[in-house]
Amino acid sequence: MASQPTKWALGNQAPARGSSQGLRTPANGKTIYNRPLNRSRTQELSQASFAYLFGEMVSYAQRRVTDIQDLEKRLNNQGHPIGLKLLDLLLYREPPRSQLRPLNIIALLQFITTVLWKHLFARPADALEKSSNPETPDEYMITDNEPLVNQYISVPKGMDQLNCAAFVAGVIEGACDGAGFAARVTAHSMGTKTEGELWPGKTIFLVKFQPEIVEREQFLGKS
Amino acid sequence: MSYYFAIIGTQDNPLFEYEFGTSKQGGDGVARFPEQARHMNQFIVHGSLDIVEEVQWANGSMYLKCIDRFYNNFVSCWMTGGNVKFLLLHAPSQPAATTTTRTSIANPTSPQTEEAIKQFFTEVYENWIKAIMSPFYHVNMEARSPIFRQRVVAAGKKYL
Repeated sequence: MASQPTKWALGNQAPARGSSQGLRTPANGKTIYNRPLNRSRTQELSQASFAYLFGEMVSYAQRRVTDIQDLEKRLNNQGHPIGLKLLDLLLYREPPRSQLRPLNIIALLQFITTVLWKHLFARPADALEKSSNPETPDEYMITDNEPLVNQYISVPKGMDQLNCAAFVAGVIEGACDGAGFAARVTAHSMGTKTEGELWPGKTIFLVKFQPEIVEREQFLGKS
Repeated sequence: MSYYFAIIGTQDNPLFEYEFGTSKQGGDGVARFPEQARHMNQFIVHGSLDIVEEVQWANGSMYLKCIDRFYNNFVSCWMTGGNVKFLLLHAPSQPAATTTTRTSIANPTSPQTEEAIKQFFTEVYENWIKAIMSPFYHVNMEARSPIFRQRVVAAGKKYL
């Protein structure tokens, strides 16, 4: 009961102050602007709570969708702003000497597979490859053997094509778009369901850059 | 020295504007652009965007230094990772208005000025990231936060 009066006092104070400034600030007066952008490396989030949240995000996206592509597109859209924002945040956290904007496709993808991946999943991506098909020089593949987001997702029988890592694809797409490399990123399941498969959840993120980006890359490479 | 600071989004759309004067050497922090030239600031800054697009691919660093000049107006640029441009137009006060004692501070491309502007941009960048981290902020949205504005004002006072 002792704490009750203080709670009331806070509750009465906050709206009064907020209305006078037209802006509501926390009771201690500290906003996000008072807090540092760097955080200690050991600070991690609970995977259980993330899995719970992500499960809800998938079922939210699943409402009123007509097909699997539509669902994946919605998941992609949820991830897109995260990629945009992480790009700036992670560049800021880089040591000052390597605080460089990625200027070519390789630098950008390396930033994504190392810095971004380590930030999100605490390990780098498993592979980064360029498409060997000469007809599609604009395609790159990022491989993750065991996407963290899919760990507690079981895909129902009739929806084999669905890969909820489309959310991660959205994050990658956001980072590419933000850096000025417009791209379409899609997630594809590559693990076979056979017995003894080492990585049943293996996922490939196909990054397809827009033609003008490839053209610019060639032009910049020459000069 | 008078300053005009603008943040330009990825589609060359303005997101934030602020006009101020120097607080160094006893300045009062009030911009003193000649009245008939003041409205030109936006045009000059907008005109320098073409040069930003050329320079941004040649150099990966965020601080692109002084990139453009239009008569007595100099434009410095900082490019964020998300392709948002910070542009600072700085105009030394007209020589007619002052005496010859201020030769050293008048040079807008001197290393000291460059460094001061860099520190200003770095501080604004930090606050910019905090502003865009808001889950309600979408790309190319105007920065309306009064606290963000306060912080930019403080950075301007501190370094320029």
